[in-house]
Amino acid sequence: MSDMSLHETTPETAYESQMGDYFALLKPRVMSLVVFTALVGLLVAPVPVHPFIGFVAILCVAVGAGASGALNMWWDADIDARMRRTVKRPIPDGRVQLGEALGLGLTLSGFSVVLLGLATNWVATALLAFTIFFYAVVYSMWLKRATPQNIVIGGAAGAFPPMIGWAVATGGVSVESVLMFMLIFMWTPPHFWALALFVKTDYGDAGVPMLTETHGRRVTRNHVLAYCVPLVAVALGLGFTSIGGPIYLAVAVIFNAWFLKGCYDIWRRDEAQAEADKYKVEIKTFKVSLYYLFAHFGALLIEAALRATQIGGL
Amino acid sequence: MAIQVEHEIHTRRRGRNMGVGLLLLAFIGLVFGLTVVKVLQLGDLRSFETFDHVVRPQILPENMETPAPTPEVSN
Repeated sequence: MSDMSLHETTPETAYESQMGDYFALLKPRVMSLVVFTALVGLLVAPVPVHPFIGFVAILCVAVGAGASGALNMWWDADIDARMRRTVKRPIPDGRVQLGEALGLGLTLSGFSVVLLGLATNWVATALLAFTIFFYAVVYSMWLKRATPQNIVIGGAAGAFPPMIGWAVATGGVSVESVLMFMLIFMWTPPHFWALALFVKTDYGDAGVPMLTETHGRRVTRNHVLAYCVPLVAVALGLGFTSIGGPIYLAVAVIFNAWFLKGCYDIWRRDEAQAEADKYKVEIKTFKVSLYYLFAHFGALLIEAALRATQIGGL
Repeated sequence: MAIQVEHEIHTRRRGRNMGVGLLLLAFIGLVFGLTVVKVLQLGDLRSFETFDHVVRPQILPENMETPAPTPEVSN
């Protein structure tokens, strides 16, 4: 082989995709939430897991989430190129080719599912495979461009990780893991729509139906409160299961009262009031929603640590 | 012909190549670690070695004696 052939096939002017570009395809910020909730699901379960197997399991969940992110970017490359928020993503920015994203997404999906199956059990593996399928196919391909309820149903994909963590430890599904799922599932709509109310998006220009644009801001405000009320019931109910306790309940009461007050304030206002104070209530409630989820899962972790200490002391 | 770095692609792709190399090493570490943990979790060596198509006296339970060889039947 001569040097000439290399020069001909790889012109120096062509952009060379770097590891960081491929890593950006995996949506690392989403991955961090997935890792945190999956880890809590695994640690609060009543069955201890070997630390190394636990590490491999969480890694598989993170890689699986990243893989579905890459498949999402592959499918949505056309609309990503039309929205300000997403135009700098690796594919529309020309740093990664479409086929590379598809290949990476499929490879990492297979890798994460097979490795989780070999390392843990097939219930957890089936849940991870279904999560990837749900996010990449049900949400990205079927729902995202078809219905303004896309964020509600698509939120299920983000709600599965604690269930997977729980299944890694116990090998099954139980009321505790279903309630952890429901907590994230019911939290997603008010969290996202609070954001949608104060951020000017261009989803409409890209052909993605968002509730604020298809049904208006009044309906969106109604939906924020409508989803918050059952969310409170789920969050408090989790406190009475085997993974709850007084600390969790205290945290849940405080944060649910805080978040419910915010959602109620959003519902009570109209656009004129919101514009007058530059969406102060909506912004504040969105921030509370971030603390809300972290506080609930953090409290579950504290309860688990206390139980472990008591068991160790007996 | 001397073996040497003769093309700029080697420097241009250094980051990628290093990244792939590190990922492969991490993968080897993962599989090795999993193997060690899984084997150690078996606890009893016999659960790992029993089914080997050959009777192995050293891994039989202590209260089980090696079966006596069947006497040959002569006609």
